[in-house]
Amino acid sequence: MTATPYVVLSAIIFTIGCVGVLTRRNAIVVFMCVELMLNASNLALVAFARQHGNLDGQIAAFFVMVVAAAEVVVGLAIIMTIFRTRRSASVDDASLLKY
Amino acid sequence: MYADITAWHDAVNIPLVDPTSTNGVLSLIWLVIALPLAGAAILLLGGRFADKWGHLLGTALPIGSFLISLLMFISLIGKDSGDRQVTQHLWNWVDVGTFHAGFDLLYDPLSALFLMLITGVGSLIHVYSIGYMEHDPRRRRFFGYLNLFVAAMLMLVLSENYLGMFLGWEGVGLASYLLIGFWQHKPTAAAAAKKAFVINRVGDIGMSLAIALMFVTFGTTSFTGVSHLAGGATDNTLNALGLLLLLAACGKSAQVPLQSWLLDAMEGPTPVSALIHAATMVTAGVYLIVRSNFIFELAPEAQTAVVIVAVVTLLWGAIIGCAKDDIKKALAGSTMSQIGYMMLGAGLGPAGYAFAIFHLLTHGFFKANMFLGAGSVMHGMNDDVDMRRYGAIRHAMPVTFLTFAMGYLAIIGFPGFSGFWSKDKIIETALADNWIVGLLALLGAGITGFYMTRLMLMTFLTNKRWKEDVHPHESPAVMTIPLIVLAALSVLGGVMLAGNWIQDFLAPVVGVAPHEDPPIPALGVTLLAVLVVAVGVATAWFLVGKREIPLTAPQDVSFATTAARRDLYGDAINDELVVRPGKGLITALLGIDRYGVDGVTTGGPIAVGAVAGQLRRVQNGFVRSYALSLLGGVLLVVLALLVVNVG
Repeated sequence: MTATPYVVLSAIIFTIGCVGVLTRRNAIVVFMCVELMLNASNLALVAFARQHGNLDGQIAAFFVMVVAAAEVVVGLAIIMTIFRTRRSASVDDASLLKY
Repeated sequence: MYADITAWHDAVNIPLVDPTSTNGVLSLIWLVIALPLAGAAILLLGGRFADKWGHLLGTALPIGSFLISLLMFISLIGKDSGDRQVTQHLWNWVDVGTFHAGFDLLYDPLSALFLMLITGVGSLIHVYSIGYMEHDPRRRRFFGYLNLFVAAMLMLVLSENYLGMFLGWEGVGLASYLLIGFWQHKPTAAAAAKKAFVINRVGDIGMSLAIALMFVTFGTTSFTGVSHLAGGATDNTLNALGLLLLLAACGKSAQVPLQSWLLDAMEGPTPVSALIHAATMVTAGVYLIVRSNFIFELAPEAQTAVVIVAVVTLLWGAIIGCAKDDIKKALAGSTMSQIGYMMLGAGLGPAGYAFAIFHLLTHGFFKANMFLGAGSVMHGMNDDVDMRRYGAIRHAMPVTFLTFAMGYLAIIGFPGFSGFWSKDKIIETALADNWIVGLLALLGAGITGFYMTRLMLMTFLTNKRWKEDVHPHESPAVMTIPLIVLAALSVLGGVMLAGNWIQDFLAPVVGVAPHEDPPIPALGVTLLAVLVVAVGVATAWFLVGKREIPLTAPQDVSFATTAARRDLYGDAINDELVVRPGKGLITALLGIDRYGVDGVTTGGPIAVGAVAGQLRRVQNGFVRSYALSLLGGVLLVVLALLVVNVG
């Protein structure tokens, strides 16, 4: 089988996620875009694993999922706390930690 | 060169230092130094506890030294002239690798005469100081410094090696600094002390370099060693040694070009001036040259340099003495000039060494006499030093006047007085050596006659010019008795020449001059010298004695007078040649340090700080901009990998 379509799809999804992170202000949407990027990379990993016929990429994808799950837990908790104090989920509003 | 050292010695006719060990009275040499040194320690560390009796102890100890010196002198005369060099090894001082220097003392005819002068005249000055410093709250300290001065000078003349001599040399420098600046509350005194110290350091450079060169060349600095090995050194080394020693002597003995400290040193109390000028300090340079005769005899160029320096100084000092209204400064100029005569004698080789020492001794007597006399006059005149406000003091102070007159007659060389014999001999030797030098020395004698007569007239004779509220009175006996003793010595000092005693006595140290028939008979030279002095005295009589002396110095005077009043521009020359270039150099170095070195060290951090100040703006707190820079960074890394792997 050829992995090209999967990799192309993965690249498209990754780019969408990347642009989303850079352009959207809503923290939830940014978060979702991060998830998109992670899953795009998962797709690429699985595709290449399949092409090479071994399980290394699959295992790596599992690792990424676990990390993503953990990150969601921590990230959503932070977003919730910020929202409670500021009544806003915009990432640009939380800009006090600077020079 | 020569088969052995004795053959060489016979060939060049330079006596070797070849001492035997001490015994009997002579083993007390160390005590001569130790007594005043102990006095200095007790008086300076004793604090107020010693205030009551400090001056008495400080006077008794130098007198003790004098008595020991006298006993040793008698014992030395009792020996054969060949056995008159004894040495005492106290302890190993420096013992490093190949360099050994013992703390050794050498007692020979030369140091014996110096010992008598230093302890004798020094003790008289101590006695005098009891009266002179009576009302000074810091008298104990003054006596402590005086004792230190005497101890250092004794160390200088008793050491058997140049290293120990250097110890005394520096000790003398320190003590003179402390004493010149004794009245430290006066800014002028503090400045004068500093000046003396700094100028002496210039001479010390010569001394320390000479010692280093001696060690490199001969591997030893002892007189015994150097006098035995000097013949093996090259001419250049010997001349360099001679010139370095001359530099050292110039600093300590106030010879041109290092003369300018001596006149300012008059800021010290008058007994200090007497001590510096008569017994200690300025005679050290002459001692150094005479002691190093085994070097100078082999270094004719250096010897010529000594003569030139001496002649310039003897005229320089004499000319300054002519225009000074400050009695002490006039005497200081005269000291400079008389030391010039001694250096001249020392520069003339074996024919002159003994006369240099002879003049040094007689000068020690009459100059101490006159300085103490000047101090006595100041004591009675409310510490005024301006001779224009003196006049006719002879009635108020008969003892001071008479003793001073003895010193005066001695210094101008009045026939029969001590200075007559000693100066006459130097002029005679100089004339026999080189007629130009001799004539200049004669001229100096004439100028001496002029300025001393002027001083004498302005102070003791002519009309009374002091103010109504000044009441000149004779000084107490504790001050006049030293004056009387010194006056007697000034008159009788010439007996040392009787039967050529002093030449014979010093012959084991400085050698004997080959006998030559002088170009002019000795009697002729003497008559000529007396004539020249008489002209000087008469000139002073007509210019000063016959005229009204204005109370303030007239300003519309000739260029020569102005120059002499300003020390022949000695300070101005120093300023132009040394101080101003030195200041310029310091300013330049400071600029380099401030803008160059500091610029490099502080400039770097400033630049980093400025860049960092701009860079931290990147930390703007917007998460999305961080994400963008992250993306940019990742892209850069990917591109780099692509370039490396694909390209």
